[in-house]
Amino acid sequence: MGRITLDQVSKRFGDVEVIPPLDLTIEDGEFTVFVGPSGCGKTTLLRLIAGLEDVSAGQIRIDKQDATMVPPSKRGLAMVFQSYALYPHMSVRKNIAFPMRMAKIPADEPTRRIDAAAKALNLTDYLDRRPGQLSGGQRQRVAIGRAIVREPSAFLFDEPLSNLDAALRVGMRLEISELHERLETTMIYVTHDQVEAMTMADKIVVLHAGVIEQVGSPLELYHTPRNKFVAGFIGSPKMNFIEGEEAAKFDAHTIGIRPEHIEVSGEEGAWSGVVSVSEHLGSDTFFHVHNTGLAETITVRAGGEVGFRHGDLIFLTPRSDVIHRFDAQGLRIA
Amino acid sequence: MARAITPQRKALNTALAWGVGLLIFFPILWTILTSFQTEAQAISDPPVFLFFDWTLENYAVVQERSDYGRFLWNSIIIAGGSTILGIIIAVPAAWSMAFVPSKRTKDILLWMLSTKMLPAVGVLYPIYLIFIRMGLLDTKIGLVIVLMLINLPIIVWMLYTYFKEIPGEILEAARMDGATLKEEVLYVLTPMAIPGIASTLLLNVILAWNEAFWTLNLTAAKAAPLTAFIASYSSPEGLFYAKLSAASTMAIGPILILGWFSQKQLVSGLTFGAVK
Repeated sequence: MGRITLDQVSKRFGDVEVIPPLDLTIEDGEFTVFVGPSGCGKTTLLRLIAGLEDVSAGQIRIDKQDATMVPPSKRGLAMVFQSYALYPHMSVRKNIAFPMRMAKIPADEPTRRIDAAAKALNLTDYLDRRPGQLSGGQRQRVAIGRAIVREPSAFLFDEPLSNLDAALRVGMRLEISELHERLETTMIYVTHDQVEAMTMADKIVVLHAGVIEQVGSPLELYHTPRNKFVAGFIGSPKMNFIEGEEAAKFDAHTIGIRPEHIEVSGEEGAWSGVVSVSEHLGSDTFFHVHNTGLAETITVRAGGEVGFRHGDLIFLTPRSDVIHRFDAQGLRIA
Repeated sequence: MARAITPQRKALNTALAWGVGLLIFFPILWTILTSFQTEAQAISDPPVFLFFDWTLENYAVVQERSDYGRFLWNSIIIAGGSTILGIIIAVPAAWSMAFVPSKRTKDILLWMLSTKMLPAVGVLYPIYLIFIRMGLLDTKIGLVIVLMLINLPIIVWMLYTYFKEIPGEILEAARMDGATLKEEVLYVLTPMAIPGIASTLLLNVILAWNEAFWTLNLTAAKAAPLTAFIASYSSPEGLFYAKLSAASTMAIGPILILGWFSQKQLVSGLTFGAVK
């Protein structure tokens, strides 16, 4: 079981309030991602749940038990750190065994669990090595193995993939998702990468300056962002924002249109502009269009076969059914 | 950009390094050589350097006149005891400064270091009086305490530097893995800090071994270590360079041997954290 409830939890460092009071519930078995730009308080929030930081006010409950004052070692949570934080003086086997050694699990049980974890994580051949002799991806697997064996009520991941190269990151992303499918344990995952958030999460919590901007499933956030911040943060490339006259036509202060919701044409369209940069990915092409009179740059996503070049005049037509409208405060107009 | 190092330049650097090394080592070499000369050769002008009749006479006389073993034993107890006591006190201090620093941690560290700037003789009188009152004069325990206090700032500073290099996340990982504070220090911090603790230990044994001001002023006969053993040969009744040299050689011998065998540890310890 691993239902985690935050009730009016806040955190201040000295005079600086990094997290104003917030409420949040993470259901048992849910994969929740905290996402936001750096300095938004997502890691602090995770550390509050872990118990590595003390809350300034409010209550944290794990499975209905008040855990606010419980030390991290007694909360029954496992954490995977950005730097892996393996014990450099211990072999992989001893690293993975450490939580069971602390829990004083007797006899053959640790060996059985280590072997099972090593098999699941492809670490069987490396059990007698030291962390220093492993690659980044292997170290990350050891850190995950160390978290699995203690059979926690929830896993906490603090940007676990940010030290890996791009190819490895995609692979590990899948492995963590598969792990969640298999274990069905609550996972809280912190990242600044909205692609990780979108692909892995059951529920995304978007944070900005310590405040929860929106909580919802990946597609909810994509289709109905609550405000301009969420709209701009979720989705890649970023949503285009247009103010002024064009927005007024839609009864809004600002309208937002995603790059993938704009039709491109060489002959006709609602708007026109000049291609500044075109990025060919093979499957897609991104055009950065200037001189539209709407915003400094409008980003458009078109099919891979569309071949405009720098300096070409192109016409753009937004799909009117997917235009997002925001008021002067940046809040969504329903 | 890497500087181009020509072979000539490399040779020059090597020669310079050897020159400086020999310059530093020369007084020790001279002392050792003199200890094998007769008193007459020792004060001859021009001095003899290598070509003399080697003799062990000085060592025999020194051993006959004073009990080297007792001084050596006192030195071992005082240097070893003060270092171990210092480390026991400094580990928790350095731990808290490195991992739970407060706003004043830096100030405390500087303040501790500033006590090393005080001329020792400035506090000789009060400490002497305290020693008389407490019956610590000419006792090993008294010297252990004083030398521990003298070297404590350095021990704390060194351990603090080592602990700072240990990523806090590893200790947090231990906490998340269910370790209590005691288990965290015992199974994670200490094994990781052993190289640092070892070089701190070595350096402080050497410092305490060589300390002469307090050991000379606070001892008479019973607790006198090897520094007092040397000093007893710079006697007012005449110059006995050769015997003084023999005593000095015997006094620095053990620490020289210790330093020789542990030099790798010492160098890596002293430059720890300086690079990277």
